[in-house]
Amino acid sequence: MSAPARSPQELHDTIAGGIGESPLRPDGTLKVRGEFAYSSDLWHEDMLWGATLRSPHPHARIVRLDVSRALAQPGVHAVLTHEDVPGENVYGLKYQDTPALAADLVRYQGEPIAILAADHPEIARQALKEIVVEYDVLEPITDPERAAHDDTLPKLHPDGNLVRHQRIVKGDPAATADVVVSGVYEIGMQDQAFLGPESGLAVPAEDGGVDLYLATQWLHVDQRQTAKALGLPLEKVRLTLSGVGGAFGGREDLSMQIHSCMLALRTGRPVKMSYNRLESFFGHVHRHPAKMYYEHGATRDGKLVYVRAKMYFDGGAYASKTPVVVGNGTTLSVGPYNVLNAHIEGWGVYTNNPTCGAMRGLGAVQPTYAYESQMDKLASALDMDPAELRILNALSEGSTVVTGQVVDFPAPVAELVQRVRDLPLPPEPAAERDIRELPGGASNTTHGEGVVRGIGYGVTIKNISYAEGLDDYSTARVRLEVLGGEAVAMVHTAAAEVGQGLVTLQQQIARTELGLTRVSVHPADTSVGDAGSSSASRQTYVTGGAVRNACRAVADAVYALLGVPAEGMSLTGGKVVAADGEVVADLAELLGDTAIEETREFHHRQTYPLDPETGQGDAHVQYGFSAHRAVVDVDLDLGLVKVVQLDCAQDVGKAMNPDAVVAQIQGGSAQGLGLAVMEEILVKDGKVRNPSFTDYLIPTILDMPPMRVDVLERPDPHAPYGVRGVGEPPTISATPAIANAIRAATGLELPRVPIRPEHITGV
Amino acid sequence: MRVNVTVNGEHRRADNVWEGESLLYVLRERLGLPGSKNACEQGECGSCTVYLDGVPACACLVAAGQAEGRDVVTVEGLAEGDDLDPVQESFVERGAVQCGFCTPGLLVAAHDLIERVPDPSDVEIREALAGNLCRCTGYEKILDAVRDAAAKKAVR
Ligand code: FES
Ligand code: FES
Repeated sequence: MSAPARSPQELHDTIAGGIGESPLRPDGTLKVRGEFAYSSDLWHEDMLWGATLRSPHPHARIVRLDVSRALAQPGVHAVLTHEDVPGENVYGLKYQDTPALAADLVRYQGEPIAILAADHPEIARQALKEIVVEYDVLEPITDPERAAHDDTLPKLHPDGNLVRHQRIVKGDPAATADVVVSGVYEIGMQDQAFLGPESGLAVPAEDGGVDLYLATQWLHVDQRQTAKALGLPLEKVRLTLSGVGGAFGGREDLSMQIHSCMLALRTGRPVKMSYNRLESFFGHVHRHPAKMYYEHGATRDGKLVYVRAKMYFDGGAYASKTPVVVGNGTTLSVGPYNVLNAHIEGWGVYTNNPTCGAMRGLGAVQPTYAYESQMDKLASALDMDPAELRILNALSEGSTVVTGQVVDFPAPVAELVQRVRDLPLPPEPAAERDIRELPGGASNTTHGEGVVRGIGYGVTIKNISYAEGLDDYSTARVRLEVLGGEAVAMVHTAAAEVGQGLVTLQQQIARTELGLTRVSVHPADTSVGDAGSSSASRQTYVTGGAVRNACRAVADAVYALLGVPAEGMSLTGGKVVAADGEVVADLAELLGDTAIEETREFHHRQTYPLDPETGQGDAHVQYGFSAHRAVVDVDLDLGLVKVVQLDCAQDVGKAMNPDAVVAQIQGGSAQGLGLAVMEEILVKDGKVRNPSFTDYLIPTILDMPPMRVDVLERPDPHAPYGVRGVGEPPTISATPAIANAIRAATGLELPRVPIRPEHITGV
Repeated sequence: MRVNVTVNGEHRRADNVWEGESLLYVLRERLGLPGSKNACEQGECGSCTVYLDGVPACACLVAAGQAEGRDVVTVEGLAEGDDLDPVQESFVERGAVQCGFCTPGLLVAAHDLIERVPDPSDVEIREALAGNLCRCTGYEKILDAVRDAAAKKAVR
């Protein structure tokens, strides 16, 4: 069968620009014209619509499942259950613990039980109602702390309810100090809330395989899991990335991948699945809610002596990224600060709450909120300026972090705090204010009376790339040929552009390395080697490195063709140029009909697992750092908060595309603001109470204040071009900055985010 | 049922439309115009914003039958041939597009704002776009783009 109409396009450059410049996105024009093919736009003649039946119960046994009535509906072409899964009915990112379709036990509300394909989405939805499922409803396990310690609870999985426990012990874990502050902090369940729904189109192929066009973050990991469930060899399950409407971690786990392929293979017809917003809230994993117990000890002059912490991460029904959240959460638990002594314990557990997995800032968002709250508490106990306390304890190059790893790259934490502190503050509020700029805005709830202002800081450290010994690499293929008399390059990787600007970056690198203006980017698919995931702030680092390596191999092949030593040669302006500036050859003439194609990988430097007892080990490749300062106005009577200004200073190593870097920082900060004051999936007894954009609020343009962004470039000598991952840190440090500002304004403890009006008013 | 609409200046007809299909579904799945986006289909995000008889509306909230005989302009109708509308141009040039899923709806809303208020203040821009969610950009570059588009339109 053929490719779908509106399949992913090859992207050509719009405006030249190399590394360090800010060329425009090659997909920008398509996107503003409405012509860019997102996964939900895919269309194939003859296609069917898939739909999913989901469990209404968070914990239940399936005692009867009868699909015959649904199958008899006119317009319905297949109805499938766990019995129809051709291969192994289990998948997962780290642990293989998730059924493609539930067989006997249901572990969360929304778990897929049956799928069907029909002529029209409405027929599909109606037919779902004809599927008969009888449940034996069970008591849900919903308390993560109990799930970690109470062995009398029912086991949700064969090995029990503990996904991972990690301890980190440094120095004297029982150290004592002059000044001690402690607190218990909680963070609600945040959602990635990307706008483009989970969707894809599966097209059955003549060889008995299937071609899947979809929105995802990591084509190859989807391919491996999907092929296994389909019982097909990898080469028969081919994936192509379609337009992705945001991801933020929410597309790391499978959603419709196996289901759409099963339906396509069964019906012999293309099958499109596209979740609506309600289903999207059930169809992807969320950010882990956490409860964290912290104690900080310091000398009278403000030096940290010890940190002790216990943290509980609610992983929900399946493991997903919980092991990594525990790893990141514990190893980053003391923040970007020097601490001689530490005793940290983290637990990630199974419950019957919605499954939690990857979201921007993975595992670092939770402890950062807690330790940054603690830092303010400590500053207040010591009667110190909160920014000064942070500067005094800041990690720097050469420091040893809590896992014993030495920071052997720039770590300008103190400078970031200083810089964000030194940015201009908004003017003091005038007596007469435009009510639209006050908390409550145009709803006219105050004219400024009862409104107080506060300033707060948040600083974070986030590991970049995958950790704890994973060989996390990327692959790129670069082809150089002459088209229309001009040398042009084509870059082909499997790396997912999810909106962050990776396609632009690939072009920038190829232009710089090959000295060309015309570069295009091939649609990402599995016909080229693995690129790993568009997550963990890693793609510029690893795929950027792979594109660089492939380009350099292409250049070497050019020199070989010319018979000159590579030493001293470069490609510039379409010419081969010697060290002394002499033009040795014209690339287009030299190549003629010859195309040069090279494929290369980039592996980052090795990391190591943590010692299971002490948590010591060189677990991380690199760290990113950012600092925020928030200014808020709070209406004390109504508990309404208006973030007046939110500024950020971040070190990015090397700004490959300065405009895109700033855009990432602004977007990330908005998500951090959301977590601070509004975003939470409300779960009660394992059930989600607000699965819609009516009730799950994300920041609008009225909620986002003006932002100043100060970008530092301190190159990391170990990274290609000196880059440092950018995407995650701003999301992480924005939340505590806002929480601390609200505390500064109100004098309240506020030990939980999101901070809601009732937390401020106390009613 | 059969639905007749003028879309981007052309008369279009959709046959066999089901009761309950939205204008958004008809545009995307029956008329081959997927530019208007389906982010929530609940009237909450603004991604599906189109002009309906010259007034911005969420196409997901308009029943297909309600569109009978009316005039619709979608994001696909903003450009004139190869020439982008200034709003479209500014969104690309100012980096207001990341994943771009919110973009078509924002473009229609911003286009409408500048038609009504040729030189909008920041507060006016924020109010006019408050119904359009964007998860990627943090909105700062969207503000830049709208200011820039207004300036461009003023000189044209
Ligand atoms: S899709 Fe219509 S408002 Fe969200
Ligand atoms: S650019 Fe992705 S939602 Fe706005």
